[in-house]
Amino acid sequence: MKIKTFLYSFKEGLKSIYRNRLFSLASVGTITACLFLFGIFYFILSNFQYIIKTAETSVGITVFFEEGLAEEKKQELGTLISARPEVDRIHYLSPEETWQSYKEKHLKPELVETFGEDNPLENSDSYEVYLNDVSRQRTLVNYIKTLEGIRLVNSSDITASGLASFNSLVGYISAAILVILLAVSVFLISTTVAMGISVRKEEIAIMRLIGATDYFIRGPFIVEGILIGAVGALLPMGVLYLIYGRVTEAITSRFNTLANVLTFLDIHTVFARLLPLSIGIGIGIGLVGSYLTVRKHLHVV
Amino acid sequence: MRDRPETERKKQRNLKGEMPVIALEHVSKSYQAGISALRDVSLRIRKGEFVFIIGNSGSGKSTLLKLLLKEIEPTEGKIFVNGKILSRLHRRQVAKYRRGLGMVFQDFRLLKDRTVFENVAFAQRVIEAPAASIRRQVPAMLAMVGLTDKQKSFPRELSGGEQQRVALARALVNNPVILLADEPTGNLDPRNSWEIMELLEEVNRRGTTVVVVTHNQEIVDMMQKRVITLNKGILISDEQKGGYSYENQNLSL
Repeated sequence: MKIKTFLYSFKEGLKSIYRNRLFSLASVGTITACLFLFGIFYFILSNFQYIIKTAETSVGITVFFEEGLAEEKKQELGTLISARPEVDRIHYLSPEETWQSYKEKHLKPELVETFGEDNPLENSDSYEVYLNDVSRQRTLVNYIKTLEGIRLVNSSDITASGLASFNSLVGYISAAILVILLAVSVFLISTTVAMGISVRKEEIAIMRLIGATDYFIRGPFIVEGILIGAVGALLPMGVLYLIYGRVTEAITSRFNTLANVLTFLDIHTVFARLLPLSIGIGIGIGLVGSYLTVRKHLHVV
Repeated sequence: MRDRPETERKKQRNLKGEMPVIALEHVSKSYQAGISALRDVSLRIRKGEFVFIIGNSGSGKSTLLKLLLKEIEPTEGKIFVNGKILSRLHRRQVAKYRRGLGMVFQDFRLLKDRTVFENVAFAQRVIEAPAASIRRQVPAMLAMVGLTDKQKSFPRELSGGEQQRVALARALVNNPVILLADEPTGNLDPRNSWEIMELLEEVNRRGTTVVVVTHNQEIVDMMQKRVITLNKGILISDEQKGGYSYENQNLSL
């Protein structure tokens, strides 16, 4: 195709969009809605995946000992736990370290002073156990509970397995909604293009008689579909880009108790994949919708 | 079909190797309802000829034009145009094939939202002609049909005769080998009709083969061109310097 023909198709495509602006707007709107939702689901999915990943490496199990357990016994327990295949590494946290971190995280400075040199967590030294596979957390917890000298095993069981199943639920729902919206988008683009074709029926008939090739006749309509798809993709991406930072901030500040679990992906990391994906889907919808229509309506020579 | 000495001679010339620009060999066309629009029509039109095709409505004139444009396929027989056998043209080759034909219609078929210049240029754009060619060809064509001063007008601002002249310029701008005119004077008054016919004659003098389908008895009688008469799908006469009917032919000679 010559550049001139491409420019011609582009110009005529734009004209056609303008002539059918109401339908074009409806098509853009549907694709925007579709990809906006897609973007949101993508955010949720990718962030959950990220959170689970982080959870696997950062959130572990905390093992507390019975009061007055001898040092050798503690070391023995440590060796036993380390030997488990699902354990990545373990870390001993002394009572001082535990108190220090508790103070930093949960107490106001003026309150800290009232404690003076006392350590209320004298007996709260612990092992932090990090897993290499979060799904086997329950097995490990059960095992550790059977060991002698263990007072308490704290685990973020709900977070870990809950996240995993919630993640797949979100995946299924988003896939279902996406499929429906994609179908609606294709249908609307097809209607828009069909309107464009009916408006230009006479012109197309003349073009055929003069000897216009198929692609010359179809070009503008395909361009129309692609443009609608691209605009419908860029709009929601722009909006999502603007709100992503605010939403993640809002979530983090509202649920600050979960601050160590809720680690969000960097906006650029998300968009590096989301943007091309959305534009691809948008253009794909436009291409499929317009191509099918053009084939159906402009098939007769 | 009567074979007259003239056509006999023409046939012999063709046998010697002069290829006709249009040839139909035993062409029949029947539509699905069993109506046959053309029955066993054979004819040859040489390059540079000016031919009228006449006949009442339902005589098969429109079918013949549609066959030449390859809008429809014949039920039987072969059609040669411009050295091509139409039935052998692939769908994709049809567009290129049509570029060798110029078409003029009774209802002009101009694009209402474009200027005279753009209407003519449109034919060039469609075949992806370079911009330089558009700048050269379009004004030349408009000058030929005498509409240079109207190039910025829109079709609605023109008279019927002027609109038909725009259509003619559009049909000719791509230098077709054959010009097909379907009732070109059907919507025009006698004065405009003659202007169009004079232009067609001029086009023919420049070497383009012109085929005019018409009802206009007066024009056919006056022009003294070859006349092919169709009746109910059958070619009933092919006169080298014909009139609208045999009676008229004798009167006008």
